[in-house]
Amino acid sequence: MIASRGASSIAEPVVVRWILTLLALGFLAVFLCMPLAVLVHEALKKGIPAYLAAITTDDTLAAIRLTLLAAAIAVPANVVFGVAAAWAVAKFEFVGKSVLTTLIDLPFSVSPVIAGMVYVLMFGSSGWAGGPWLMDHGIKVLFATPAIVLATTFVTFPFVARELIPLMQEQGTEEELAAISLGASGWQTFFRVTLPNVRWGLLYGVLLCNARAMGEFGAVSVVSGHIRGKTNTVPLQVEVLFNDYNISASFAVASLLALLAVVTLVAKSVLDWQFARSRRRAAH
Amino acid sequence: MVTKQSSFRAVRLALGAAVVAATAFIAAAPAFAQTRELLNVSYDPTRELYSNYNTLFAAHWKAKTGQTVKVNQSHAGSGAQAQAVIDGLEADVVTLALGFDVDAVARNGKLIKADWQARLPNGSAPYTSTIVFLVRKGNPKAIKDWGDLVKPGVQVITPNPKTSGGARWNYLAAYGYALKANNNDEAKAKAYLGALFKNVPVLDTGARGSTTTFTQKGIGDVLISWENEAFLALKELGADYQIVVPTFSILAIPPVAVVDTNVDKHKSRDLAEEYVAYLYSPEAQALIAKNFYRPFKPESAAKEDLARFPNIELTTIEKFGGWNKAQKDHFADGGVFDQIYQPAK
Repeated sequence: MIASRGASSIAEPVVVRWILTLLALGFLAVFLCMPLAVLVHEALKKGIPAYLAAITTDDTLAAIRLTLLAAAIAVPANVVFGVAAAWAVAKFEFVGKSVLTTLIDLPFSVSPVIAGMVYVLMFGSSGWAGGPWLMDHGIKVLFATPAIVLATTFVTFPFVARELIPLMQEQGTEEELAAISLGASGWQTFFRVTLPNVRWGLLYGVLLCNARAMGEFGAVSVVSGHIRGKTNTVPLQVEVLFNDYNISASFAVASLLALLAVVTLVAKSVLDWQFARSRRRAAH
Repeated sequence: MVTKQSSFRAVRLALGAAVVAATAFIAAAPAFAQTRELLNVSYDPTRELYSNYNTLFAAHWKAKTGQTVKVNQSHAGSGAQAQAVIDGLEADVVTLALGFDVDAVARNGKLIKADWQARLPNGSAPYTSTIVFLVRKGNPKAIKDWGDLVKPGVQVITPNPKTSGGARWNYLAAYGYALKANNNDEAKAKAYLGALFKNVPVLDTGARGSTTTFTQKGIGDVLISWENEAFLALKELGADYQIVVPTFSILAIPPVAVVDTNVDKHKSRDLAEEYVAYLYSPEAQALIAKNFYRPFKPESAAKEDLARFPNIELTTIEKFGGWNKAQKDHFADGGVFDQIYQPAK
């Protein structure tokens, strides 16, 4: 059955195959390669020394630092949450399970700008989550690092859980049951059976989560306050430089984000490959 | 099984190394132990002016007190910035595009005392500006005055009056022209505004956004702009554009104020008050003119800087009943702007 379907697709007329391939390549060239080439060209237009100078100004370095910090908090937080949530959803039955799954998807379905606005409404001067109290006590949340971390965490919330849930569901609970019947405790079962089984999926989720955490613009823009050298992340710094007529510097900083995307893509391919291999081995 | 474990370990090692490197980089942030800081929350086109002024002020403060001061800047549309300060952006000083936005911080946020405008000379405005047009080189659409902006096929770029201060000056200059051209017939003036905004393909949130839309993105035939912003675009982007001075415009007054509540909290009142007062010094006034703003004291400015500013017949905000009335009539929800503006389809 499978073999015959494979043969028939190979038997498509040569012209059709070529047209499809050219179409796909053309699409890639126009929408992916060209913008990337323009980006690199603009970034390096004034030469390597100018490029290096552009990405090592105080404000840009501060933006890179803030972006790394936000990702360094948001990603581990979402790993812990995502693993816990996926474990609960995939391996147990409980009341409100469908509500939890819907909530996990919420950050995907609301606009990032709304995500930012929520924190303004919560922690602003008339915010109902203790905004005025925090301000009176000199604790800055909004327009400071905490709000940027919160907004980043919010928008990257679903990545790990979404990656793990289908994987864990597919694996079922048989191995866990076996471990427990052999005398393993709950934690032992989790760390020695459940977690190793999903490690490639987990890494993949971390990768996507990190890429989004570092690239987020909308939500962070709303809560940032745009204080130069203090509350601008890398994507916001790109906008600041562009609006300062500092076009080549803005492309230079943007190229850092493009580089992150390329690294992510390569890492993703490696993970996909590892993932497939580990599954093949598991099947044998 | 062995290769699987070891490849996983390699990934873990790489991840670990990346985390350590990132942590070291984050921790290496420079410390400003002996530096006093001040936050100036400003509107969109003042980026270059205040970047230059902060250097001048830091030197002045150092000479006066021996202290090192670092002034932090934040720029966006004036209305949006006022709202951010009200929401808790802890500005020591606000330098906004129009008095109404400072009033909003005073009234809605209770952060500035009501008498702010009387505390400094010239209604707390160390500089003024006006509204002019920026067109593409050679003026291909032959735009000379406000009347040309409503012609079919002319694309006009101006920011959103709901968020941008410059946009409100643009709008009122256009309205003032239309009133004058139509013998104060308000219905005809509103019809003019309707026709004008019909020619606007995109409303950016701030003045600088509109300038980059017009210049970098190449959209539109004419940019309605702050005079200072138009001169700056010529300086930065060179020969592809030219300024057209209309026969009629508005005296645009962007005031400055110390944010009382925040400076008391930060114990930065001495610094903040000197920061705004020093804007009136001869050195600062000369710098202001050099950055294309019209100085309050032209006698302190260089002749060649002053020579740039054309004489235009200017209306004032008082002609529209002051900012409170103008805001209510035109820019509040359901006001004239909401009535005449339909987003381009």
